[in-house]
Amino acid sequence: MADWPLYEVFVRSKHGLNHKHVGSVHAADSEMAMENARDLYTRRSEGVSIWVVPSSAITASSPDEKEVLFDPSDDKIYRHASFYKLPDEVGHM
Amino acid sequence: MYAQLVETGAKRLKTLEEMSPEEREFQMKVDAETKIEAKNWMPEGYRKTLVRQMSQHAHSEVVGMLPEGNWVTRAPTLKRKLQLMAKIQDEAGHGLYLYSAMETLGADRDEEIDKLHEGKVKYSSIFNYPTLSWADMGTVGWLVDGAAIVNQVVLQRTSYGPYSRAMIRICKEESFHQRQGYQILLDMMREGTEEQKQMVQDSINRFWWPALMMFGPSDADSPNSQQSMAWKIKRKSNDELRQMFIDQTVPQLEFLGCTAPDPDLKWNDERGHYDFGEIDWQEFYEVLKGNGPCNKERIETRKNAINGGAWVREAAKAYAEKQQQKQQNAA
Amino acid sequence: MSNDITQNEALQEYLLRLADSDMILGQRLCELCGKAPALEEEMALMNVALDLVGQARNWYEYAAELLDDGRSADDLAFRRDAQYYRNALMVEQPNGDYAVTMARQFFFDAWHYFTLQALTKAPDERIASIAAKATKESQYHLRRSSEWVRRLGDGTEESHERMQAAVDDLWRFTGDMIEADEVERQMFEAGIGPDPEQLVADWKGLVNEVLTEATLTPPPEGAWMYRGAKEGHHTEHLGFILAEMQFLPRAYPDAKTW
Repeated sequence: MADWPLYEVFVRSKHGLNHKHVGSVHAADSEMAMENARDLYTRRSEGVSIWVVPSSAITASSPDEKEVLFDPSDDKIYRHASFYKLPDEVGHM
Repeated sequence: MYAQLVETGAKRLKTLEEMSPEEREFQMKVDAETKIEAKNWMPEGYRKTLVRQMSQHAHSEVVGMLPEGNWVTRAPTLKRKLQLMAKIQDEAGHGLYLYSAMETLGADRDEEIDKLHEGKVKYSSIFNYPTLSWADMGTVGWLVDGAAIVNQVVLQRTSYGPYSRAMIRICKEESFHQRQGYQILLDMMREGTEEQKQMVQDSINRFWWPALMMFGPSDADSPNSQQSMAWKIKRKSNDELRQMFIDQTVPQLEFLGCTAPDPDLKWNDERGHYDFGEIDWQEFYEVLKGNGPCNKERIETRKNAINGGAWVREAAKAYAEKQQQKQQNAA
Repeated sequence: MSNDITQNEALQEYLLRLADSDMILGQRLCELCGKAPALEEEMALMNVALDLVGQARNWYEYAAELLDDGRSADDLAFRRDAQYYRNALMVEQPNGDYAVTMARQFFFDAWHYFTLQALTKAPDERIASIAAKATKESQYHLRRSSEWVRRLGDGTEESHERMQAAVDDLWRFTGDMIEADEVERQMFEAGIGPDPEQLVADWKGLVNEVLTEATLTPPPEGAWMYRGAKEGHHTEHLGFILAEMQFLPRAYPDAKTW
């Protein structure tokens, strides 16, 4: 409103999970952004931690670059646990 | 006024062959139910239509606070007061979710709100009807939110990612709104005095038709629907949604022990649906044009809030700049 | 208030004061629905109002149990006339512009927070547990309202003038709110309520600090104070607030349910 800048809001719902982008708020400063985010995005106690970041500070990858940025890792299946077949006797790892 | 009457600028659908390669790729993605995200290429018409639809939707949430705000200071018990306050707060929140989703398309919230205040864009016509009794808080929750939910549930699958995610969140939060409204009516019908029961029936009489109008003109008069359906920013036709709403609402009405002000309303075994009377479309278009009972008051209230609050927002901004300056000087 | 009231009577009276102040300020904030200066503030104001009416309900419920005269929490809220209401004069003052709304909120929040903090240590478990939840809410309210006092005080020239005027205008109602009478002294002696001297010192300390940071001039020590709420003598505003708030239960006295 009247040039209050936009902040992106990230909420961590439970201990151990990552912060997740939930939307944005307008605010005059970061304290206000934090409070506005709290009032808007955690009305039903959805969060235990909030980050607010000025939207202007975020650089987003363009979906058109998706192939360049993300396709190379598609074939690196050895990064994923399911790549490694262990005998059943080893049990859960 | 959610996806019911949104100008798309397209008079007829293009075939895949007529589309540019980008358009074709876009349309194929939509057809495959892949969500479109903010940074994806999209046809200008799609972007404009979405901004229009989301802003109308957001305006509706915000203006929708006012008919209920009219009774929040007069809620009759502590419990009802708290419930109504929470519901109104949710509506402000839903407006904000939608504006936030709209801004991912590069639209500016202030500009869109200015358009509302200048009468250039629309919002759901239902909010131009007055709330005259406490029973209206029940009816608004049950019928008006009920109609909105029918719309919004299908919009969860809308093709634009941020819009779809906002709708999912909104639907989850709104589940209590309709129940809260119905319970107000049910309690009065079951345990209320004769006066209270009459209050309920009177309220239903006033809101029944306007609630049915919320789904927009009949399909024959919805020239923009085809394009919106192809883009999957609208998922079901106005008439389909209206019929769904009526079919699910009539049994609830009967359970209340109330009637609808429609002599033609009756179950049609052959169709497997309720038949209902003709909607007064002249009234619909007149209210939409600004001639409803409360159009002027609603917009006046919003304008006064935002214009009257300009000095507050400026002060907050000036303060933030001063603080930043101080920090920089200290560093 | 005579000196020989029993502790139970004093407690009932005290609970009604807490409840009524929460209720009336909550009601004032409800009046702002759809009228806040920014959509984000709409959320924030309703949030504070929800907290306050929720707290009022808790206090009313306990008061109703202690009074044990057949009146429910709703009866206490919706069927007492102004002379029986015990809210601070501060909270019944009109919303005015946003400077008035926020100055009123800040003066109240500062008093509310220190009071609730003391109440969390009350030997009465019911009071302590209501206060424990309320303190957290109040702490947040205080943070918000003191930030707004700073923002408007040290914002633009216009906002500074408006905030100074609001502070000056509301100041005469602060004494009624923060200074203890016999009931409150009795609550302190019973180990329930805050130390009256400490409360005034804490309140003045915080208010002075925030006003100074906000580049505002605190009104002079010894400024004249308007009192009376504790005996049910209110300003003209309360009658209208109640006329609106209590309309339905009054217009439909036979209605048993809503």
